[in-house]
Amino acid sequence: MARMKFLVDAERCIECNACVTACKNENEIPWGINRRRVVTINDGKPGERSISVACMHCSDAPCMAVCPVDVFYETDEGVVLHSKDLCIGCGYCFYACPFGAPQFPQVGNFGSRGKMDKCTFCNGGPETDKSDAEFKKYGRNRLAEGKLPLCAEMCSTKALLAGDGDVVSDIYRERVVSRGFGSGAWGWGRAYPGQGA
Amino acid sequence: MTAISGCRRWVAQLAILALIALGTTFALEIFDPQNAQAQSSVRPPANATTNVTGGTVPGMSRSSESASEIWRAVRKGVKGTVSIPDKKAGILVQSEGDSWRAIRNGPITNWGAIGLAGMVSLLALFYLVRGKILVDHGMSGRTITRFADIERMAHWLLAVSFIILALTGLNIIYGKYFLLPILGKSAFAAISAGGKWLHNYVAFAFMAGLVIILVIWIKDNFPTKADFIWLAKGGGMFTRGVHPPANKFNAGQKILFWLVIWGGLGLSLTGIALLFPFQIDFPAGMEPVQQMQFATVWHAIIALVLTVVVIAHIYIGTMGMEGAFDAMGSGEVDENWAKEHHSIWAKEVSKSKSKPRRGRKTRAAPAE
Repeated sequence: MARMKFLVDAERCIECNACVTACKNENEIPWGINRRRVVTINDGKPGERSISVACMHCSDAPCMAVCPVDVFYETDEGVVLHSKDLCIGCGYCFYACPFGAPQFPQVGNFGSRGKMDKCTFCNGGPETDKSDAEFKKYGRNRLAEGKLPLCAEMCSTKALLAGDGDVVSDIYRERVVSRGFGSGAWGWGRAYPGQGA
Repeated sequence: MTAISGCRRWVAQLAILALIALGTTFALEIFDPQNAQAQSSVRPPANATTNVTGGTVPGMSRSSESASEIWRAVRKGVKGTVSIPDKKAGILVQSEGDSWRAIRNGPITNWGAIGLAGMVSLLALFYLVRGKILVDHGMSGRTITRFADIERMAHWLLAVSFIILALTGLNIIYGKYFLLPILGKSAFAAISAGGKWLHNYVAFAFMAGLVIILVIWIKDNFPTKADFIWLAKGGGMFTRGVHPPANKFNAGQKILFWLVIWGGLGLSLTGIALLFPFQIDFPAGMEPVQQMQFATVWHAIIALVLTVVVIAHIYIGTMGMEGAFDAMGSGEVDENWAKEHHSIWAKEVSKSKSKPRRGRKTRAAPAE
């Protein structure tokens, strides 16, 4: 089995924000924190694209590399998780993350940061699987329940895929092939300018 | 009374009317044959044309051009729009994060360690070769006042806060490699969390100390001709019996003073920016996360340089030189020490006060 992966098919995403809402509801995420967000490029113009982003669960994760107290760990399935008990709220993972995944609730004075919160691939945290403590800190552990992240399961256009990297890329490859040129073929327009589908 | 009850009756009649209307509509919906058919299946009728696009993306508008230019721009940090309140989330990829990681985990960590270890080894070598710098003429037993109470208070306010800030700061960079394996994750996390709070609050004591020393010592820290001679002779540190003349502060101390002032200013500004995330827009034109990356990098560089310099300062002020600690300890230095290390200042002081120990006698005697 490969790593767990998210894949967003920008040709399918319709910016409905259901993934954002599903994530918030399933994991009972506090105000001001969005584990997942939908970003629209060229909004309202021709060639508009939307893409749903959360933690990418990187291999060689930057957050893990810069954390001064070493709160991050990677599961056997390649999901990057962290311990809120150890987190000191320094913000370094937020500086290092290219995708803006780590976020902090404001606690106390000077806008000081609380415990970091980010997408867990619906896989909870270091606490016992499916325990109350785990749910309160990290949200639902759907992987432990044999399910995939809710954002992807809810996606009405199946733009957002989540799961075993091999399966996800197979699905996407099939889509690209059936679409022919265009949406999936990187650099086609550059190689053959002016040639439409 | 009658008006109210009349009103009530009117409301009740209206409610009944509304109910009847609703019921009729509902009944019509149920018995509408067309509606009934639609609800029986969500599938399109058998004769409907499906698969209108033959495999291409519906509408064709999206597949008529290759999107690689868009994604190249996204990779370089193009900001899109989001419908959530946090508009900063519009950046899809901030590659600066990778650079920040490379700088912090690379040069800053490595050069900081080299600098710290290098300075400690240099001082150890200096101690082995030169030994403790003694007062050549021996202690006279007579003292003169070098630093008044306010000066010592300011110095120690700055010094103690600096040491706390330096230790808690170093813990953030190096604790992971040294303390964490010894203490274990939870104990280390607890200490680091405490360290973070201490760092945030003690910072204000440091800033206060910085302002006071600036005010009380700036007049003594402008370069003079004697400083160049002092520097040319290496401050007399490397040769026994050589004591180039110096004012209240010698050139080395003046350099330290300006390093502390400018470095402290840099630390304070970057530190305040980091204490109030998303509140301070500096340098303008950058995304908040980039501003914070910028601030942490400068904060770390300045702090490490200052720490390396201050280690040398602590060495020479304590175990490195006989009689030096008294200046900041009791404030009273030995006359011979003053004549050797700060000859111009010692002359000025003895001129202004006819008797050497007068300064001390003017202090109020305890009422016993």
